[in-house]
Amino acid sequence: MTDFGFHLSKSSQLDLSRVDRERLNRLYELEPGARICMTCGSCGATCMAAPYSGMSVRKMLLHIERGLDVKPLLSKCMLCGKCTMVCPRGINTRNLILNVCKLYD
Amino acid sequence: MIDRIPSGFHPFVIPFLAGMSFVFLYCILGVVKIIYELSWAERRKLFLSLINPKYIYKNLRDIFLDCLIHVKLWKRNKLLGYMHSSIAFGWFMLIVLGHLEVFLFVPGRINLFYYPIFFNYFVAEDAVTLRGSLLFFLMDFFLVIVLSGIILAMIKRISSRLFGMRRTTRPSVMNNIGLYALWAIFPLRWLAESFTAHISGGSFLTVPANYLFREFLGNDLNMLPTWWAYSIALGVFMFVLPFSRYMHIPAEMLLIPMRNAGLKIRSARKGFARVQVLSCPNCGVCIDACPMTVNRGNVKDCTVYLTRQIRRNNERRIDEISDKCLMCGKCEALCQVGVEGPNLRLMQRATRSYRISPDFRDIDTEPMIAAAQGSKVLYFAGCMSRLTPVIPESVLSVMKKAGVDCTWMDRDDALCCGRPLFTAGRIEEAKQLVAKNEEIIIRSGADTLLVSCPICYKMFLENYHLPGIRVVNYIPYMYDLVKQGRLTLRKSDVCYVYHDPCELGRGCGIYDEPRKLLGRAAAIAEADKNKVESICCGGSLGSLSLNFQQRERMTKAALDNLYTSRADAIATACPLCKATFARYSDRPVHDMAEIIDART
Ligand code: SF4
Ligand code: SF4
Ligand code: SF4
Ligand code: SF4
Ligand code: SF4
Repeated sequence: MTDFGFHLSKSSQLDLSRVDRERLNRLYELEPGARICMTCGSCGATCMAAPYSGMSVRKMLLHIERGLDVKPLLSKCMLCGKCTMVCPRGINTRNLILNVCKLYD
Repeated sequence: MIDRIPSGFHPFVIPFLAGMSFVFLYCILGVVKIIYELSWAERRKLFLSLINPKYIYKNLRDIFLDCLIHVKLWKRNKLLGYMHSSIAFGWFMLIVLGHLEVFLFVPGRINLFYYPIFFNYFVAEDAVTLRGSLLFFLMDFFLVIVLSGIILAMIKRISSRLFGMRRTTRPSVMNNIGLYALWAIFPLRWLAESFTAHISGGSFLTVPANYLFREFLGNDLNMLPTWWAYSIALGVFMFVLPFSRYMHIPAEMLLIPMRNAGLKIRSARKGFARVQVLSCPNCGVCIDACPMTVNRGNVKDCTVYLTRQIRRNNERRIDEISDKCLMCGKCEALCQVGVEGPNLRLMQRATRSYRISPDFRDIDTEPMIAAAQGSKVLYFAGCMSRLTPVIPESVLSVMKKAGVDCTWMDRDDALCCGRPLFTAGRIEEAKQLVAKNEEIIIRSGADTLLVSCPICYKMFLENYHLPGIRVVNYIPYMYDLVKQGRLTLRKSDVCYVYHDPCELGRGCGIYDEPRKLLGRAAAIAEADKNKVESICCGGSLGSLSLNFQQRERMTKAALDNLYTSRADAIATACPLCKATFARYSDRPVHDMAEIIDART
């Protein structure tokens, strides 16, 4: 059957109790920019790792804020800095990524 | 000249002797520790160089020119050069001539190593000889030289601006004690020798002073206390030396042979790195040099403070300083001693541990290899060029005009060259990307890799192993095409100022070709600070922690420097520089490829 790219979403639930608030606050402290992302998606549009792991800084942040695993996303980030260059909020995304790599597993 | 004190000893030499022995012991232990910290291969390299006549000559010459005469400093700032070399060389000559005096006049005392330092106290002049007066003249002469240097040093402390330095370091407590002791040593020596000059003899500086003092004071009671004071000043200086910046005096003598032997920094603290850190005299040249210190910001993050914090083991500050740096390399390029600020930081970054590490090994390169095949010239634009697509478009258009058949390696799927990961200290992960790219490049069948991003270019040059493949930057490549007549440029009357990208200029030493090439396409003006002193655009991927607002200030300062040229437009040769400047510039910013494409 031809795949038109439309399909029904699988039923999903977000378990907010899995969000590690303490770690998240630590991340906000280390990179205050994490709080001002407006999920515009520019970072994902230019991401070098997107074709390989679906990475984008936006997605990474949303995953963290919902208690999801970010390791697979980050596994192909090359730290190339294009996300920093395009971020309209001027977030230091590379510092954010490095600190996520330090804090989360 | 005869011995005046039969025992050849007086208790006042004790402070000096104690200090000297302490420094001696400290340095011996330090050298042993540092040699122990080297790897086996490094130790071998160092020892082999130490017995090789060619290296011995080079080491001695470098020690003489760098540590005593300070040639590099002279070239940069005559006044600072004079200040440092007058103290260092003058002091050195006083020690050498002191030994000569002992050797010639009281050879029996040559084994007492305090004798040359306090010679005038221990001897009496029995007859005036030509030899004696010549030596005395030289001693006084070099004392004047040293004293003039000390006076300049005092003036510099009060007003560093007179020396062309906008900012200088804030001395720590130990540095201050050392500084005051050093300032005291030579005036005290002059006083002591003057009070003794009617017994021991003297020359143009000490003899008149002796007349004057004796005329006023009428007795010799001041003689001994001044010798004591002189010895104590020396002793204090020696005791604080290992804990102050004056450690650079012995450390540099180890640094030079190590550098000449080709050692590299492999750790942030140990071995060669430790010697570099100890060799920093806190001259402060790197403060004005650093692009981060615009508007008096980030002064404490310059290399001079890195060396200081490493010596204090202040881990928190070392980490902060290491992360902030743009890795633009300017401090290293201007440092008289050759402290490798960026490399020290890189090694510190490499010590971090992460819980998540990227892994690129499972990326399938087959489609990328297939896309890269087909021509002898393989073109790599780099990821940053995706935000400035006009650069690869122009490069390819120029190649087409010149009849160069080339394939664009990273048009679609591509991997980063690895330099951003590398400079972030994630060296192992960067190596995985290097391996992937090496495979693509080698299997593409090309014999030339053409690169238009200087960040990638430096990475390809230094961290890739590409046998049989010539890695070229697009500027020299295009210039060659012009020289061969394969490209004809029409000169426009727009005046450009060329910004040297850090990675292309200081990073790869390419300064002239861009100017020659640009000169054929347009008029050129030079900015106030250019070439080796070019100011980083502030967009560098080298910095991990600088935020947007701080970078904005740096970019504007770099632009202000370019505006000093009064050019109509800015030319650069780096996609990141172009994107960064374009954000704030009030005049057009063009990549070299665009300019060349427009003029052919
Ligand atoms: S730094 Fe990482 S997340 Fe950002 S664009 Fe590059 S690969 Fe994507
Ligand atoms: S570009 Fe910046 S603001 Fe936009 S989603 Fe990415 S991180 Fe958030
Ligand atoms: S690092 Fe170099 S330039 Fe900076 S203070 Fe030390 S010696 Fe001077
Ligand atoms: S490399 Fe550049 S940014 Fe870093 S300390 Fe040196 S001059 Fe400053
Ligand atoms: S973007 Fe250009 S000026 Fe900035 S660090 Fe890189 S090469 Fe240097």
